[in-house]
Order: sequence, then C-alpha cells, then structure tokens
Amino acid sequence: MSLWKEYLHPKTVQEAVEALASSPAPAIPIAGGTDLMLDLQQGNHTPVHTLVDLTGILELHALEIRGEKLFIGAGVPHNRIVESALVREHATSLVESCGLIGGPQVRNSATLGGNVAHALPAADGTIGLLALDAEAEVASPSSRRLLPLHELFAGPGKSTLAADEILVGFYVPLRKPRQASAFCRVMRAQGIALPILNLAAWVERDDEVIRATRIAVGPAGPTPFRALETGKFLTGKAFSEETIAGAQEVLLSEAKFRTSPARATAEYRRELVVVLLKNAFSAAWERAK
Amino acid sequence: MKKTQLSLTVNGNTHTLASIPGETLADLLRKRLHLTGTKIGCNEAECGACTVIMDGEPVLSCSTPAERADGKTILTIEGLAKTPLAPAGHSPHFQGKWEETEGGLHPLQEAFVSHGAVQCGFCIPGQIMTSYALLEKNPNPTSDDIRHALKDTICRCAGYPTIENAILAAAESLRTGQPVEGPDIPDSALEGQTVGKLKVRPDGVEKVTGHAIYTDDLIFDNMLFAAVKRAGVPHAFVRKIDVEKARSAPGVVSVLTAEDVPGENIHGLVTLDWPVMVGIDERVRYVGDAIAIVAAESQEAAKAAVELIEVEFDLQPVVGNAVQAREEGQPQIHEKGNLLKHIKVRKGDPEIGFAEADIVLEHTFHTPAHDHLFIEPECSIAVPEGERMLIYVGSQIPYQDRTQVARALGWDEGRVRILGQLMGGGFGGKEDIAGQIHAALLANATGRPVKLLFDRHESLLVHPKRHATQIKVKIGAKKDGTLVAAKTELYGDTGAYASLGEKVLTRATTHSAGPYIIPHVHADCYAMYTNNPPAGAFRGFGVLQSAFAIETVLDMLAEKLGLDRIELRRKNALRVGTETSTGQVMRESVGLVECIDKVSGTMCQVSGLSRDELFQARRVPDAEHLVRAWGFASGFKNTGLGGGADDCAGAEVELYEDGLFEVRSSSAELGQGLVTVMRMIVAEELSVPAEQVKVLVMDTDLTPNGGPTTASRQTYVTGNASRLAAKTLREAITATLAEKYDQAPDKIRFEDGNVRVNGHSLTMQEVYSEMKAAGKDPRVLYDYHAPATTPLGTPGDMHVAFSFASQAAEVEVNTLTGEVKVLRVIAANDVGHAINPLGLRGQIEGGVVMGVGHALLENFITKDGMVVTDRMSRYRVPSIVHTPEIIPIVVEDPASDGPYGAKGVGEIVLIPTPPAITNAIYNAVGVRFDTLPVDQEKLLWAMRNSSGSAG
Repeated sequence: MSLWKEYLHPKTVQEAVEALASSPAPAIPIAGGTDLMLDLQQGNHTPVHTLVDLTGILELHALEIRGEKLFIGAGVPHNRIVESALVREHATSLVESCGLIGGPQVRNSATLGGNVAHALPAADGTIGLLALDAEAEVASPSSRRLLPLHELFAGPGKSTLAADEILVGFYVPLRKPRQASAFCRVMRAQGIALPILNLAAWVERDDEVIRATRIAVGPAGPTPFRALETGKFLTGKAFSEETIAGAQEVLLSEAKFRTSPARATAEYRRELVVVLLKNAFSAAWERAK
Repeated sequence: MKKTQLSLTVNGNTHTLASIPGETLADLLRKRLHLTGTKIGCNEAECGACTVIMDGEPVLSCSTPAERADGKTILTIEGLAKTPLAPAGHSPHFQGKWEETEGGLHPLQEAFVSHGAVQCGFCIPGQIMTSYALLEKNPNPTSDDIRHALKDTICRCAGYPTIENAILAAAESLRTGQPVEGPDIPDSALEGQTVGKLKVRPDGVEKVTGHAIYTDDLIFDNMLFAAVKRAGVPHAFVRKIDVEKARSAPGVVSVLTAEDVPGENIHGLVTLDWPVMVGIDERVRYVGDAIAIVAAESQEAAKAAVELIEVEFDLQPVVGNAVQAREEGQPQIHEKGNLLKHIKVRKGDPEIGFAEADIVLEHTFHTPAHDHLFIEPECSIAVPEGERMLIYVGSQIPYQDRTQVARALGWDEGRVRILGQLMGGGFGGKEDIAGQIHAALLANATGRPVKLLFDRHESLLVHPKRHATQIKVKIGAKKDGTLVAAKTELYGDTGAYASLGEKVLTRATTHSAGPYIIPHVHADCYAMYTNNPPAGAFRGFGVLQSAFAIETVLDMLAEKLGLDRIELRRKNALRVGTETSTGQVMRESVGLVECIDKVSGTMCQVSGLSRDELFQARRVPDAEHLVRAWGFASGFKNTGLGGGADDCAGAEVELYEDGLFEVRSSSAELGQGLVTVMRMIVAEELSVPAEQVKVLVMDTDLTPNGGPTTASRQTYVTGNASRLAAKTLREAITATLAEKYDQAPDKIRFEDGNVRVNGHSLTMQEVYSEMKAAGKDPRVLYDYHAPATTPLGTPGDMHVAFSFASQAAEVEVNTLTGEVKVLRVIAANDVGHAINPLGLRGQIEGGVVMGVGHALLENFITKDGMVVTDRMSRYRVPSIVHTPEIIPIVVEDPASDGPYGAKGVGEIVLIPTPPAITNAIYNAVGVRFDTLPVDQEKLLWAMRNSSGSAG
C-alpha cells in the first residue's frame, strides 16, 4: 500500500528518460510533487511503481540567457522564478502568475515544468507563460525537440508528452523595448476556494498603437486558451477605451466558458474576463511605455 | 540511481537511514527520528503545520518524499532554540507539567510566547518555521511581507494579528540584539495582583520548541493502528458485512463489528442514539457511520484492510435538510421520528404586539453547516493496563468519555481512565466521541495498545458540525423604534444524531430575538434529524445563527423607519432591570450599552467620519470600482449551562513540599487558556507569583470533574472552583499558623509568595512543613455549584450571566467582480472582568477571524447526504490574508457570582461578526444577504440587477 515501490534519482536528463522507458511500469516523473503527492495520497492517481525524481538534474535548474532567449529550466521552482531579476525583466506575467501560487512552502517545491506538464487549463504559471510566446524543450530517450508551448496540451490534465518524455525547459523571447506583460486572476473566496479565472497579456507598443499582442486565458476550454482573435483585433489599433471594449466583445465571442459547480457559472466568468482583460492589458500597456 | 540508504542532517545531527518506499519527509521525521514537533494537520499541503526548512527553504514535509531529503540539511522546530533543550521524550503519562525554562529560545519562540501568539499550539511549529525562513531572507519584513509569507500557514485559533506582532518583535530583536519587546496589551482596569495582568501560558515554551506532546505524538510498545470502515452512504439498512478478506489481510490483528461490542452498542452526549457500529439489519444514518473496525501492525495495513471489507446496503431515500425532514411522508430516521425536539419560547402575545406596531417586518434567513477545522485531527490511543483501560485523547469532556467508553466495554466507569492530552484546537468539535470507543474495543480485543488517528478527510466526514439553520424573523416596532413584538421560527439540522443538538438549538431559540427588550416574544424551533453528518457544539452554540438573522432584521427595520441603526439598538438594548425573551430579569452586569457606545465612538475616531457618513457608501479615490462602508451588529451569549442544569465543577489545590502549588481539574485546555486562568486565580488567592502554581488538567484519575468545556463556562465554574479551593486552603493554612503562633488569624498575611506571622516570614516550603507537623493535609478539593437556574418555560433565571458584544466592520466591495474584503473590525466585549488579558486578546482576534470566515468563506456543503467539502482544500478557512485590522475594546461590567466578576468570553467574540459584515455590504452596495456565506457571484448579479437582494 505504499505510494510507490521504487524511487530513482537520475543525475542527467538522459538517465531520467531512459529510466522512464526501462523501469518497472508504471513509471512517472516527479518534480516538485506538490500535486502528484496529493493525488497519490488521496488515490486520485493510478498506482505507480516507479517515481523518477527530476530534482537532482542540474540541467533542469538552469535559468539563464541563451542567445535571444531566456531559458527557464523545467525544474526551476516558483520561488526562484519570482525572485529572479532575469525573469522579472523579461517575463513579468510569469513572475506575477507564479507569485500567486500557494504559499512559500509550495512555491519552493512546485516547479514550472510540473505546472505546465500537469496540463490544467487554468494553471497560473502556464497561462503566464503562454502569453509570452514560449517554446518548450522536450527530451525523449532518442532525441530532443522544441515545440510551441501550446502544442503540449492535449486536454484537461493531458499533455502530449509520451510516457518516456520529460520537459527540459522553456525558451522565452527576451523583452525588447516597448514590450511588456501582465497577469491577473480572480479567486472565489467561499466554499471550494479555487481560482475561477486568470488571464495574461503581452503587448508591444508603437507609441499609442498596439503593434502586437498575445492574450492567454484559463479556463476557457479544455486546454490553456490563446485568445488569437482578440489579439488580431487589437493589433494595429490605438489603445483606447473603445479598443478595449471592442476586444472584450471579441474575447467573449471566441472564449468558451463553462459552469463549474460550486465555483463559478459561465456567465460569471464572462463578467470577469472583461475585467481581467482590461486590467491585465492596461497594466502591460503602461509597463511597455 | 536507486538509493537504499538516505543520509541527511537534521538539526545538526547526521542520520543514515534505510530508504522506505512511499515514505514522506514528515513520516521520517516524526516516526523514525521521533521529532514530533513537526505536525500533520491536513496531509494535503493546505495547512502548513508540517513546514520544515530544507537547505534553507521552507517546504511542506507532508508532501515531500523522504527520498528527496537525501544529502540535505533539515531544520525542524526542535532545532531552532539557541541552546537546544533536552528532548521531551515520549512520556505517555502527560501530567500537565510543562517545562518553563526560557533560556536559549530563538527570538521568534520568545516573541510567540510573550505576545500570546501561542494558543492551542498545534500550528505553531509551522508558523515559526515559515517565519524563520522569512526572516532569514528578509530581516526587516513589512506587515505585507509577513502576510505574503504566512499566506498558507493556517492558525484556526487565528490570533493572526498577534502572530504578526510577534514576528515583527522577533525581527527587531534579531536586527538590534536587544531583548524581544513585549506586546502592547493593557491590563484589566479592575483590581488584582495577578488576575488581570499579562501572564504567559504555562505551556507556551513547550509549544514553541516542538516539545509539546499531542496524542498522535505518543508511541507505545507493541502498539497497533486502527482504521474504521465507514458507511459511505447516507441512508440505508446494512444487509451483509463480509470481513473475511480483511481478517486475513497481511498485518491485520483484529476486525470487529457491532456484534463484537461487549457492552452497549450506543453512545451520545445527551441522547443515546448513536451506534458505536451499525450492525446487520440496522440503519445507517449518515456517511460517517462505522460498520467495522480494524487493528493492524501498521497504519497502512489497517487502511488497506478496511478497503477489503464488503458491505451490502439496502439504500433508503435521503433526508437532506431540516425543512424536508419535517414534511409529511418523509422517511423517519429514528424510531421516535425526525423531530428531536420542538423548542418553544413564550413571553406575552406577539399578536397583541403586532397589532400595536406601526411597522411589522418579516424575513427568512439561511445559514450553512460549518466545520471546526481544528488543525489537529482527532486521535485516540487505548492502552490496556491490567484490569483497566487507559485512553489518551484530546477531549473537551474527559469524564463523559469515561462514561461512554465504559458503557461500550460493559465495564464500571472506574476501570476506564481518560488521560487528556494537549489539544490542537476544539471549538466544540471535540466534545463528542470520535475514536475513543473504537480504540478501546480493539485494545480490549487484542490486549495491545491501539492508536486510532483520523486523517483530515475522515475528520471532515465524521465529527459533528455547526447546525445549518433556516430562521424566520417577524418583528414589530413603533415609529420611534421601540420594539413591541417578535416571532421567530427556526429549523435546525442536527444531522443523523442528536449530539448536543437540543442544547444548541435551545440557545439559538432563546437568543433569537437578540439582546433587546421586547414585551411579546414567541419562538419555535424544530430540531430535526436528517441524513447529514451530525451537528453539535460549535463556538457560538446556535447563537451565531440567530444573531445573523435578528441583527440583519434590525438594520432593515432601522432603514424602513428612517432611524439610526445604532440608536435603534441602544434604545432597545437590555440593561439592568429589563427582561430577556425568556423572562429573566437582568439584575447586574449588562454591558451592552457600553459596548454599543464604545464601538460607535471608536468607529468615528478611527475612520475620521461622522456617524451619518459611516454607513454611507464611499468610493475609493482612483479606484472607483471599490466601494467601502461600515456595518454594525450586537450580540449576547449565555455563560454556563443554565436551564436548570446543576452547573458544577470540581477543583483541587495542593501545596507540595517544594513550596509549589498545584491546581487540578478535569476541565479541558484546548488552546483557550483555561490553564493560565486557573493558575492566575490560585496565585491571586494565595498571593504567590503565578509561576509558583502548576496546573494539571484532564485526567479522570488525578483531577476532579470539571464538567464539559462548553458554553463559555470554564472561567466561571472551574475558575470559581479553583478560587474557592485556593481560598479554603489559605484559610486552612491561616488556621494552622494561627494556632501554632497563637496569633489572631487576621494577623497572618500572605505576601509575595510567603506567609508573614508574628514577625516571621515563612516560605511555602516551611508552610508545608508546618501543615504536615500539625497533621493537616495541605490540600483542598472544592466542588463548586453555580447559582441555580430554571428550565426554559419556567419563571426565573435561565442563565447565571450573559456576555455582551458589539462590533463594527468596514468592508470594501469590488463592484466589478463581487469580491469582498473586510478592512477593519472594532470589537467590544463585556467579559465582566478580563482575568487573563493576553488570552482574551487571542480569543477576540480568533473570534473575529472565525466570524470573517463564516461570513465570507466557510460553507460545509452536503448534497443528498454526501459531503462535498470532504478535504481541507474544499473547506476554506480564513488565513492571515483574510484578517482585517482588529481593534479590540474590553468592557468590564462585573458579574457578582463570577470569579472576580468574570463571565464567559470564548463564544461572544464571534457572534456579531457575520451580521456586522453583511450589514456593511448592504451599506456599501445596497445588496442584502440573508444567506451565508456571502457569495461573490450572487453579489455581482445582485449589484447588476440592483434588486437589493442576494438570496
């Protein structure tokens, strides 16, 4: 009845993926484990035989500039992201989203890779990252590949990672002048207290005109949602009350909100998303001055 | 890649241990290294009690695989003191004697003790370790930094403002090297040498060093672990129970069902209606009913075996709420039907009053069930010892536990001994039997010690909750605001079993017209059985619910009449010479008007607003979508059992050879500070320093019966028993010395821990010798009986005293999202006499925060008898981020029969908070809540529709 039978401590990415491929099944990776441990303890996860601990792999802890990109290792815990001057400079929406997750104890353990790999449609860190046009690096026993972040998501709680693949890290484009991002969310305080909606916005300014923008919202569908139509609508327009109002309309028409019992109705989420869009977009816009 | 051994450094010591699959860091620390200062509150990464420092960072040890600690350096609460104290060991015979050496404490530990941040103490290791990590990174934190760091470290006693102050004081001490500054809390305004002064808890040091022992920290040789097969269905007949697979499962030593109960298969606090286990062809009444119990060599084996027990149910239709339970044609849950009790209050004739009234208002309210969410889940250990059974448990009523365990075993009560352990919070939720009987049955069957520990999930499913209610209030008043009549109808959901339901709902009923003078009052309450988890005692004891209703109605009435809401309350407030709804004439100690006046004055003072402006909506400059306003409410709460019960408590005071006194009573210490009160009272009576008095509580062999710790009664009854025992002992000493020295008794003076007689100054050691030499036992047992009360429905005093309170809350509503924040709460409480001001501050803060929780967060949700909020992550309680600025005001209008004039305080502190908040929301945005908790989505829709009502 123990939660696992074998616990492995690989030192390299290659060791880890090979362990996942060859250890007694089911074998799954564990990073911070803040969600996985609870799922195992509460019987919400199919029993596992082998846990492959990724926290001892140096490569996954890298947090550095690589060429034109900021690399954030999948094993970097939320607290390091929040405290990192590099991330603050280049990925504000990620700092803001990671800072809201749990208390310091959880943020010290929970990793960005774990947040993304869990593939929940409203994971704060994931939404914060999604607006930044991040790419994910994935390792398998035979190769490494880079893919746009959104291609990692297959459905609620389901990623496109194979059983013997792990996330190595994320590449975020370095922030250029007049670019900025922001993240906002609304919690439900009462009853089953959970975030009921979050939204991240990235924007590039050309004086008073929106040169480019990306909006990510969760939960607004089975996977973390990129509001592409809203982005298109905003692009090239002057920033104004009317522009935001128009974008709110577009966002309402493209995002699909659901009613979650004891959390929020779809209608309530529609009310909130226009507030969050305005707040996050305006915050990013101000920062991009 | 695989490790067979783990090597880690804990508190400076290196350990090399075999790796155990599935082990968490918390288990390694607690079970293998016996570092039990690290606590398990939820085991689901919600409460923060298990926080330890790993390589400099705080982590939750309950969700960290032990394997991950390999090669790491860990700091636990036990390693924090500069000079580590000797480990407490695991003495099973807790005797309430606490270490009090403060030498070498870390400034955080010192500050937590001196500021009174320690109450039940269970969360304190987590609070301190989280704070320690903060200060290591940020030696000069702001209040916001502290709130951010402690966001997910829950204290249900909820002295968050004091915790914050303690951290600030510790940080300053660490920065400057100066001693830790004490708290800024005034002494009582009334006289006293020790009573009314700031005194720290006798158990404070143990609780901040991790050496305090709670039940689950105890380990006995040869101990088995128990698990309970719960019904899992809300209403059914059991048709078949198959335990064969469980019996032959690995590690299983015993499996018992109803037919194996040697004594009576029943328990209950007032009404015996709760089966120890539900047998074949018997009725399951809620999901938490026990079907079978298992003892095994390990916790895991016991839990695994329970899963193998097969039960066939004949499912029955579910009664889901109290109103449904009273409808015709509903299934009858108990033999006597679904009605536990129809409770009536009759005073005058409301119809006459309504006919005279210029205005009559009627409104219906709903309040949900609430869980106590004490951070320490229930744990019982039964240890067979010869012909006797010892039960180690944190219990609010040790003598009742003894009766109930003995009844199930079929034994004389004297064969059972309850050894009460430190309690990680109770709030009324540890009055009923949890695992005491089951552990005893298994220990009896196996002849071995048996530990039964609930996890958070089981705790949420099984123990009695706060009663969900529906309350209809009809009130009549004159144009000038004079109240003339009230009629209330209450439905209370007492769930599957009575527990204290009848008592709780009686209190709800008698308090349902508020602390006001109303000539005509009729109240009818239907206490109904349903298939929900039982409801019983919970701080506020029914009055929280009825106060929400009546205090909302008073604001509605003030608005309709165009009167000032404070003036309306003041005009009708109970005062000396007036009569309650039950016809009790108030002869003294009615501090309500003073509470009202002090709160209203303070509101103007702290806000800089005039009285008219307080209750008007104010938009926040530069954030127009945020609207603020104040709200006001009052309340009252009986002290003591009342209603004709013989409200008694025994206490014993003894002088020992070493000159120390000990005061003993079985009354329960659950964090509220009774032990501090007992020690202060005895010190006062004997004119000795408080430190010269030891306290022993909660042991049915060693301490006299103090009765239940409920009804805000212990300061009053056990306080009086302790006072009178000490006084009698003082008189005995005086008499002995008077004779020996041939002096008049009035020439013998007790001063500063000594006794002066005829020019001599005798130490208490010498006094002990004199007593012994005179053949006198320096020990007095006093059995205190509170003044007689009369049952509801008969003339006279139903209660010995009432505490009164008024509160004002300032809220901020986000009109775009419906989110509500409570910014400030002013709380005035008439407590008679503030005997223990440090403990009182903790009670006030904790009460207000719990009230905020009940107003804005907490909702124990059931659906067709199934528990939806069955994990801590689903039952949200307030954290430091929900905590408003709290401005306490202590009103002392003494009650002549209370010790030094004191009345109860544990419950009154939270009763006005929810209506003060909901009234403030109405004042801010015009939306009236008649259902708790405030639902932010409903609030948004109501603001959109400007309907002024939000269900």
